[in-house]
Amino acid sequence: MSRYFTRDHEWIEVEGDTGTVGITDYAQGQLGDITFVELPAAGQAVKKGDSVSVVDSVKAASDIYTPASGAVTDVNHALADEPELVNADAEAGGWLYRLKLSDPGELGGLMDRAGYEEYVGGL
Amino acid sequence: MNAPNTSGWRPAMGPAGDAEAGLATASGDRGLMVEEPLIFELGAGNGCGVDFDQSGPEPLPLPSLSRFLRKSAPALPGLSEPDAMRHYTRLSRQNYAIDLGPFPLGSCTMKHNPRLNEKTARLPGFADIHPLQPQQTVRGAFEVIHQLAHWLITLTGMEAVAMSPKAGAHGELCGLLCIRAAHDARGSARRVVLVPESAHGTNPATAAFAGYRVESIPGTADGRVDLAALKARLGGGRDSDVAGVMITNPNTCGLFERDMRAISGAVHAAGGYVYCDGANFNAIVGKVRPGDLGIDAMHINLHKTFSTPHGGGGPGSGPVVLSAALAPFAPLPFVTRDTDGTVRLVEEEDAPADGPQTFGRMAAFHGQMGMFTRALTYILSHGADGLRQVAEDAVLNANYVLRSLDGVLDAPFGGSGPCMHEALFSDAGLPEGFSTLDIAKGLIDEGFHPMTIYFPLVVHGAMLVEPTECESRQGLDRLIASLRAVAERALAGDETLKSAPRFAPRRRLDETRAARKPVLTWQGHVQPPAAPSLSETGGG
Repeated sequence: MSRYFTRDHEWIEVEGDTGTVGITDYAQGQLGDITFVELPAAGQAVKKGDSVSVVDSVKAASDIYTPASGAVTDVNHALADEPELVNADAEAGGWLYRLKLSDPGELGGLMDRAGYEEYVGGL
Repeated sequence: MNAPNTSGWRPAMGPAGDAEAGLATASGDRGLMVEEPLIFELGAGNGCGVDFDQSGPEPLPLPSLSRFLRKSAPALPGLSEPDAMRHYTRLSRQNYAIDLGPFPLGSCTMKHNPRLNEKTARLPGFADIHPLQPQQTVRGAFEVIHQLAHWLITLTGMEAVAMSPKAGAHGELCGLLCIRAAHDARGSARRVVLVPESAHGTNPATAAFAGYRVESIPGTADGRVDLAALKARLGGGRDSDVAGVMITNPNTCGLFERDMRAISGAVHAAGGYVYCDGANFNAIVGKVRPGDLGIDAMHINLHKTFSTPHGGGGPGSGPVVLSAALAPFAPLPFVTRDTDGTVRLVEEEDAPADGPQTFGRMAAFHGQMGMFTRALTYILSHGADGLRQVAEDAVLNANYVLRSLDGVLDAPFGGSGPCMHEALFSDAGLPEGFSTLDIAKGLIDEGFHPMTIYFPLVVHGAMLVEPTECESRQGLDRLIASLRAVAERALAGDETLKSAPRFAPRRRLDETRAARKPVLTWQGHVQPPAAPSLSETGGG
């Protein structure tokens, strides 16, 4: 099981051929209070870099770009009533969606936690 | 008083620190300051402001409609006409309007609506006509549209103008549909539109709505478009997949895109078209002609640069000027002048002769007449020299604001040279725990409408102030003194700022909860939560 990060502040936790995607704690802090999360549909095929979800906060609406390609298998239904979960627990309980990875090789271009922390430190 | 609103300042509380705060009035109101209930809480609910025919309902024309008959009376407030009038008039006194004070909303160009505009717009020959009237009875209206079109074309140095779009974003769509029609006409199937990071949010939305894939162009450290990155993305030649570029100039960082001609040249060399968001035209009207910068299409918000009311009384108006390359694709209907001087409307039946390449129609009629008369009045009452002075004064005022706040608010592009029509600040210098929102709310206590906040997104905690040319030196000094005082409170760590506004009819509202759990209907049956004590709300 390993976790990767994008420059757009998404994370993906990979276990076998399943990836769980969310936004980083840094991202939720920058967005402020999150008021609504628009999730992809289960079954939807997504391509790495596609805008597949939108996170609305009191400050802005932000596109979420999928860190990997595949088919969406599940979404975090709890966010419909409690979008604040993303603020409270961005990197665990506030996950957005899961997908079955079609090309695990894509993960090679992403950062690990140390790389991401160094990247954020430079922002 | 049965108002369920439990937050915020009430007239009865008096201003914070008022020795008389404990004094109460029997009504709960204080002088002319009133605590206004919701309209559903007024009256007994069984009244009626109109004397209806009491002979009973008409028989239904179609018996099959009977299943739609109401089973119970609608829950209307049931007020007399004077009670209803007073309710809305009292509410309006708690509102803020351009006729009450400055509206420094960056990117919105909230300027005074001259009353002369209103006078001409109310002339019966313009106000009491109908778009389906015979053409020969409305030649004067066509003349106004044609004259305004001539001014817009002349001021922008373009070939043609589409007058029918109803607002800025509708104009953007018109421009992109022209670009798509131009590509279609030469058999190119380009699918990408490039938009800078600092663009108005409507730009990418419009491109997506017009069927394009949106890609963003990065900005440079000094707040402008990265020309090298743009050229790299465009690719070298005619086989580029880029249909066009949407650029705002002056941009939303309040800066003039100095490389605009190079940008346009690169886009044209790659076979694309340049759309310019004209929202900020007020800064350059009479000074720069967008046509000279290589722009192919640009909308003009008549409610910004040309002083018509925002919203236009429904709908607004966003004419789109077009270059020679895009002019043939302009939408129907449009007004044209024949060689004998007659102004007439070109509609579908005339299109084969007068507009064979038009992309079609995007509005039922020829545009928003009420805004056309106002905008033309504004233009004619200023003249070309007056419009040039509008731009000069708007830019001067913005730079006055920018430099007057040196030392208290961080200006991220303050080193990029003078700003255009708006001054951009960030939250960089604010102490830990203080935010842009606190500055905005503090300004409400000072009696001003806040500036635009958290936009553009490329600047952290952005505050975008657009004073426009309408404010006098004295008015600007008052606004600046208030902004400075509020910023200094933040810099001094004044905790009371975090609960601003303290003197408005309502204290700081819970915007997060309002967005997460909006209450959009009257909840008369729901018990309001217990009122917080005065000390909690800081109202005593």
